[in-house]
Amino acid sequence: MDLGPHAAFIVTAYAAALVVLGGLIAWVAFDYRAQTHKLAELEALGIKRRSSDRPAPASP
Amino acid sequence: MNALAAIFLRDVRLAIRVGGGAWMGVLFFLIVVALVPFAVGPDSGLLQRIGPAILWLGALLASLLTLDQLFADDREDGSLDLILIGRTPLQLAIVAKALAHWLTAGLPLVIAAPLLGIFFNIDLSSMGAVALTLLVGTPALTFLGLIGAALAAALRRGGLLVPVLILPLTIPVLIFGVAATHAALAGPVPFGTPFTILCALSLMSLVVGPVAAAAALKNAD
Amino acid sequence: MTMKDTALRPEAPGPKKRSMAITNLANPSRFLALVNPILPWLAAATALTFALGINQAIFVAPDDYQQGATVKIMFLHVPSAWLGMFCWGLMSIAALGTLIWRHPLADVAGKTAAPIGTAFTFLCLVTGSLWGRPMWGTYWVWDARLTSVLILFLLYLGVIALWRTVEDPSRAARAAAILTLVGAINIPIIKFSVDWWNTLHQPASVFRLGGPSIHPAILVPLAVVALAFTLLFLTLHLAAMRNEILRRRVRTLQLMQAQKAGE
Repeated sequence: MDLGPHAAFIVTAYAAALVVLGGLIAWVAFDYRAQTHKLAELEALGIKRRSSDRPAPASP
Repeated sequence: MNALAAIFLRDVRLAIRVGGGAWMGVLFFLIVVALVPFAVGPDSGLLQRIGPAILWLGALLASLLTLDQLFADDREDGSLDLILIGRTPLQLAIVAKALAHWLTAGLPLVIAAPLLGIFFNIDLSSMGAVALTLLVGTPALTFLGLIGAALAAALRRGGLLVPVLILPLTIPVLIFGVAATHAALAGPVPFGTPFTILCALSLMSLVVGPVAAAAALKNAD
Repeated sequence: MTMKDTALRPEAPGPKKRSMAITNLANPSRFLALVNPILPWLAAATALTFALGINQAIFVAPDDYQQGATVKIMFLHVPSAWLGMFCWGLMSIAALGTLIWRHPLADVAGKTAAPIGTAFTFLCLVTGSLWGRPMWGTYWVWDARLTSVLILFLLYLGVIALWRTVEDPSRAARAAAILTLVGAINIPIIKFSVDWWNTLHQPASVFRLGGPSIHPAILVPLAVVALAFTLLFLTLHLAAMRNEILRRRVRTLQLMQAQKAGE
């Protein structure tokens, strides 16, 4: 594949996309792990929300 | 109507008395404009060319920086709560406050601009154009800035938040204000085209600004 | 209840399920129950479309007769621009939900969309700049499109700044919603003004990509990549919303823990 005289710019653009989108995906994934971890920790301590035993209301 | 007149007169009085910020805006405007030659050099040809743009930028910054206290002070002394629970429509009360602010902070800028134009060797007719565009454009800045002022008061945050939120929204006003001035000087388009668009922007912000500001204040708590 | 239970089973087995399934915020729970099974499929579809689209963009799409291989940057640039704008539209709808119905899920949607939209707008600016260097000879020109996108980026930063100023999430949500709607009214006006300003200052000096003149051989890969970007956006947004809901739950539990410790 020949990218012509401006190959560096094309490669940089794709690398930038990889970094930005990869960063977004990593942020979302790590955030999910952190939050579920914290939630599990708190629940292991026996802390539950007040309404844990009440059924959820039907509609908003 | 009486309540609106009372709010308007009260704000005007507060602004021009000791402790009010009416002259601060003009002073800031003067200093910003005086700084520019130090930054770009004393080349009078260049200064003459960019003069109208500098006057517009100075007016833009001056009118936005004086706005962030518009509702914050009223919130502190409790008068905002009275306005909120009063029978007067909140949007109209906000318009009254904004008009008072424009009269004490915006209009002095319009009057000062032609005088500051002397520093840039801007000739008489184009100074008239600058003053006219500022006269039509500064209300738009005030009414757009209202939104930021209301958000700042609702969130109890001041400082740079208002300019950061509002300055991007003022870009159209800046574009057409400066364009109308340039059109009056030399531009290929007639003065009327950008000028009428500037008028339209002002009229639109007259509607959008108070409505959004009222929503921000109502949703504060 | 049965739907909720089955939906949650793979995520939260045993006693955890009970506390996950029922909450005082009915809609966020139902949202989680809906999202948890959908998300893996959406992610898979995104990956598949991306593989197809990027493969087509890099290896199949022909070079432009004028721009050579740099046209490949367009396959990143145009979809990110599209999503930068799409995201503001989505935030505006969420803002209506926040202001009119005071829907807690709308707050979450608005908050989590802002950084993702910022990232796509940023990507649009970076790729545009990298495309501009070989085409225009400079990284930045005050071209109407680039300038409009820059302003959009600044507006996004303003919304994020607003979110970061206020601790109370529902108050921040309403303030950000108002700013988002004002922005939505202003974005077309800004676009129009910038176009006007640009034609006044730079009479048709830069290259323009006319809409219908794009050849299908380029248009088809572009559409596939755009679809991939959109799917990626939806996946990320739903996942980020899930994170935000969990974060708020953690916050509530931490407050309860503190309260318990104080008793």
